[in-house]
Amino acid sequence: MQQYINKGDKPTKTGFGEGVLEIGKNKNNVIGLGADITSSVGMNLFADAFPDRFFSLGIAEQNCIGVAAGLALDGKLPVFATYAVFSALRTTDQVRISLCYNNLHVIIGGAHAGISVGPDGATHQALEDIAIMRVLPNMTVLSPCDATQANLAVQAAATQVKGPVYIRFGREAVPDFTSNKMKFEVGNSQELHSGNDITIIATGHMTWEALQAAYRLKEYNINARVINMHTIKPIDESAIIKAAMDTGAIITAEEHQIAGGLGSAVAEVVVKNYPVPMEFIGMEDQFGESGQPDELLEKYGMKSGNIIKKVLATMDIL
Amino acid sequence: MEASKLIKISKNIRKDIIRSIAVAGSGHTGGSMGMADVFTALYFSVLNHKPDNPNWPERDRLILSIGHIAPVLYASLAHAGYFKKEELLTLRKLGSRLQGHPGRDHNLPGLELSAGSLGQGLSVAVGLALSAKIDNKSWRVYSIHGDGELQEGSIWEAAMSASHYELDNICALVDRNGVQIDGKTRGVMNIEPLEDKFKAFGWNVIHCDGNNIAEVISAYEKAGKVKKQPSVIIAKTLMGKGIKTIEDNYTWHGKPPSSEQVEDFISQIESSN
Repeated sequence: MQQYINKGDKPTKTGFGEGVLEIGKNKNNVIGLGADITSSVGMNLFADAFPDRFFSLGIAEQNCIGVAAGLALDGKLPVFATYAVFSALRTTDQVRISLCYNNLHVIIGGAHAGISVGPDGATHQALEDIAIMRVLPNMTVLSPCDATQANLAVQAAATQVKGPVYIRFGREAVPDFTSNKMKFEVGNSQELHSGNDITIIATGHMTWEALQAAYRLKEYNINARVINMHTIKPIDESAIIKAAMDTGAIITAEEHQIAGGLGSAVAEVVVKNYPVPMEFIGMEDQFGESGQPDELLEKYGMKSGNIIKKVLATMDIL
Repeated sequence: MEASKLIKISKNIRKDIIRSIAVAGSGHTGGSMGMADVFTALYFSVLNHKPDNPNWPERDRLILSIGHIAPVLYASLAHAGYFKKEELLTLRKLGSRLQGHPGRDHNLPGLELSAGSLGQGLSVAVGLALSAKIDNKSWRVYSIHGDGELQEGSIWEAAMSASHYELDNICALVDRNGVQIDGKTRGVMNIEPLEDKFKAFGWNVIHCDGNNIAEVISAYEKAGKVKKQPSVIIAKTLMGKGIKTIEDNYTWHGKPPSSEQVEDFISQIESSN
């Protein structure tokens, strides 16, 4: 299987912004909505290219969701992005009723997700958004692994989904390692590294860390399967069940609270269909703090080294 | 349509509200009764709509933000011809298209929005109005709000954005009955001075007696002539209007009539003015 290499660090928000620009070029019903931080979430590309189709609504996220619902009721495809702590958490009730209950095709971008937001501290580190968004009926939840995939995720959200879509992405420049020739199919995960000894299922930025762990685990004669779970909902049940059957143990890795996130979503499938030992990498029911992204990922156990330790510990008990 | 005919329709809508809520065994009687005249004005005079073609793209949109008064919406839609009146007796029952709070997933003809969590409808109205402006369409958006609902902060976010984008194709209406579940709005959380608040947010404000159909229609006509500014009609209504024994009594916000009360209430509606 191919070894993925870093084409150069790039923030996933940039990929998101490029994706929104792309769908704006392809579909003239795409409408951008801004809540004051347009360029920090990558939407400036769309706003500059299509000023007549971009509407600034100020720091009023609840209203943004309702306005998006109204636009979608009349056949527009609104894209609203702001920091995930606001787009997913402040607006949860509006997302639940105005978008999900009405089942409207709206793309919500959750920027600055995860602890790698860094120095801004706990208030701005969204670590609960996957948990909240994935329990809402009709909602699709995407969590691309790098900038290239974030771009493809937006295009998939525009063409493959009919209801509301939440796309999660980060701020930090992170390794951009996938190819735009790798199709993004909503609901179909990607096996990026083959192996039958254990499976690491990762999402978002953690996918790169999982790959690095898999490469180094070869030194221990461990062949780890790495699955990039870019769609949290609907989750790829068959890939999870197959991983449980083939490898007998699963570790999940996410920049998110362990409770309710990717790990929980995978565990729901595993427990019901083919119970195997599981371990979880993520935030352990606590808030983050200020610090450099790498320092925080290290401190809270979300680096490839932490994955390797968990794999070794899990293999020992097998 | 002549005034006497409209009054007759509003009485029939009121009777069906009572019948449907009584059969349901739960529901919001007071607000639904108080708004029967506004809904009669809308569905039988103001709205440009085609009940036999509910998804006609050029129709005006009615957004009911206060989903709890769904019984008056359903009765009005049935009387306007969107579906048979007998269906009103399925209100709140399992499998019914007439959900306790409106739900589009049940495919009720004429229903524009699933709603019921207060404070969201004005934002949706802004989105619809913006969409019409983008496409240079002339259809209008009519949203219905409660005065208690104005305590929700999101209403004012939406109000700000409607005037910012000069959405003169929105006309909101506030059901100003002055009462909410805990009591008088003035005591629960004062929203006065209401007219000044909307004016400060850039809105054109029109007052009317919300229980006088001719006044409601004329208020909407005035709103239709305003340019570059959204309008709000502050409609003074009487909760429970039409049934003397429950009028202006806040305990009737969310209470259904008992089966024994139905006959008395319907005869009170018949003899009301």
